[in-house]
Amino acid sequence: MIKKLLLFLAVITFAASSFAAAKNSIQVKGSDTMVNLGQAWAEKYMETNPGDFVAVTGGGSGTGFSSLISGTCDIAMSSRNIKEKEMALAKGKGINPNEIKVALDGLAVVVNPKNPVSKLTTAQLAGIFTGRIKNWKELGGNDGRIVLLSREVNSGTHVYFKEHVLRENNPNSREEFSPAALMLSSSQAIADEVAGNPDAIGYYGMGYISNKQKPVMVAGDEKSEYEAPTIENVISGKYPISRPLFIYTNGQPQGLVKKFVDFCLSKEGQEIVLATDFVPIEK
Amino acid sequence: MRKLKEFIVEKLILICGIASIFFVVLIFLFLLKEGLALFKFVKPLEFLFGKSWYPISEPPQLGILPLILGSLLVTLGAAVISIPIGVGCAIYIAEIAPARSKEVLKAGIELLAAIPSVVLGFIGMVTLVPLIKNLFHLPTGLTALSGSVMLAFMAMPTIVSIAEDALYSVPKSYKEGAFALGATHWQTIRRVLLPAASSGILAAVMLGIGRVIGETMAVMMITGNAAVIPQSILAPVRTLTATIAAEMGEAVVGSEHYFALFAIGIVLFIISFAINVTADLCLHKKR
Repeated sequence: MIKKLLLFLAVITFAASSFAAAKNSIQVKGSDTMVNLGQAWAEKYMETNPGDFVAVTGGGSGTGFSSLISGTCDIAMSSRNIKEKEMALAKGKGINPNEIKVALDGLAVVVNPKNPVSKLTTAQLAGIFTGRIKNWKELGGNDGRIVLLSREVNSGTHVYFKEHVLRENNPNSREEFSPAALMLSSSQAIADEVAGNPDAIGYYGMGYISNKQKPVMVAGDEKSEYEAPTIENVISGKYPISRPLFIYTNGQPQGLVKKFVDFCLSKEGQEIVLATDFVPIEK
Repeated sequence: MRKLKEFIVEKLILICGIASIFFVVLIFLFLLKEGLALFKFVKPLEFLFGKSWYPISEPPQLGILPLILGSLLVTLGAAVISIPIGVGCAIYIAEIAPARSKEVLKAGIELLAAIPSVVLGFIGMVTLVPLIKNLFHLPTGLTALSGSVMLAFMAMPTIVSIAEDALYSVPKSYKEGAFALGATHWQTIRRVLLPAASSGILAAVMLGIGRVIGETMAVMMITGNAAVIPQSILAPVRTLTATIAAEMGEAVVGSEHYFALFAIGIVLFIISFAINVTADLCLHKKR
């Protein structure tokens, strides 16, 4: 019995010491949109810096901020700016969120490839997602009720789409997603549903487009050109729905965190941005 | 020495007994503390009967009527599917099945209870959802009905095993008496066994429903989560449980949204408490 107990204690101390040894590790958490990018950065970084360990998890931009505030991650990835409430909460806990812009993302609006509609203005998109336009017929498509797909409210993409498309950048607007919109928990779930449903329309970061979905060409208003969500169009600013992607650190990055952030902003890091279908920031 | 040992064991068991009650009370107090804070911002009636759920807007709209109706609709659907099948299965196992198939059936049903709900949800997503979409020519298969069917699978093991126990514990003499009077097997089951076991069967049904209303993962994956008052069982719904699970990660601690999620927890707690008490009353009536 005592022997067993001793063995058990030995195992515990060993496990604890190996955790303590893992001091050169960083926890990165947040935006689902950025998980693939974060993962690619982490892999490349660990390749060039063996011995350092970077763990990347998703969960949504809000999840990232609450982890940063509660001190369970070192870097929060976010597809939106930090909210005032979150800032106040962080300050209250002695955390000082520091914003670093790391990439740009074009938001693609996607439909099923069988859907004949391929061009929409942002005003039409607002009409569709608020529920004023209910049938594809009204947009020159087939007769069929539009099935709205949205991300859950913990998604930065949801918030961005609401503020910049539904409310057309007007902070006083009271527009909301139609209550009939289906709330799916990941970009992949939206991609799958659009691929299988000819009446569905959804939105997500450009990186998730595959040949099973058709990205719609979007114009800012009726007079402007309809543009496809491509990297060139996002860099030139022609594509109307694009947003910056951020990482947040506690105070100015230091030590290992600084090393990782510098890597993300380096030429090599920005090449990874391009390789994961996001848009590099200008240097 | 022996007495001392006896004493220690007795006290240990007492502590275990008290601990479980203590934890329930603590959890309930925590829920109340966090949930009731909401009513500084929103009137209780507006919360319960408000028709819009837009928790992250400024100002937030926190009406949970669509969520309550969503939960009730999915539960009702699951009850309609699982009660007849579950009770029928219990009768077959308790009365009709030969000893051998009885063992196999019981083992199978216990296995059904062991499938994690996320797995059922996933299976539902890839098989049931497209099936329902094509069957009813719907714009989407992510509907209350899909949730009901999947939840029925989850309620069935509870209903079958408790109802079977109830039927089995009906005294043998009742059955023999009925046979002696010349009743057929079916007449005996319908007129003697079912009424005699009715309170146990009712308890089985209540406990099954209790399991359904608290289920989260599977419904979140296959009901579409649209916070709209459901017009039919073929429309998407958002349940109370899925709302808490989907939004807790985002809610800023100390915000109205955060308190609202706890208030939803209270509503859920009250609903399942009521169901469990009813089930308990049914069981005790029997004795």
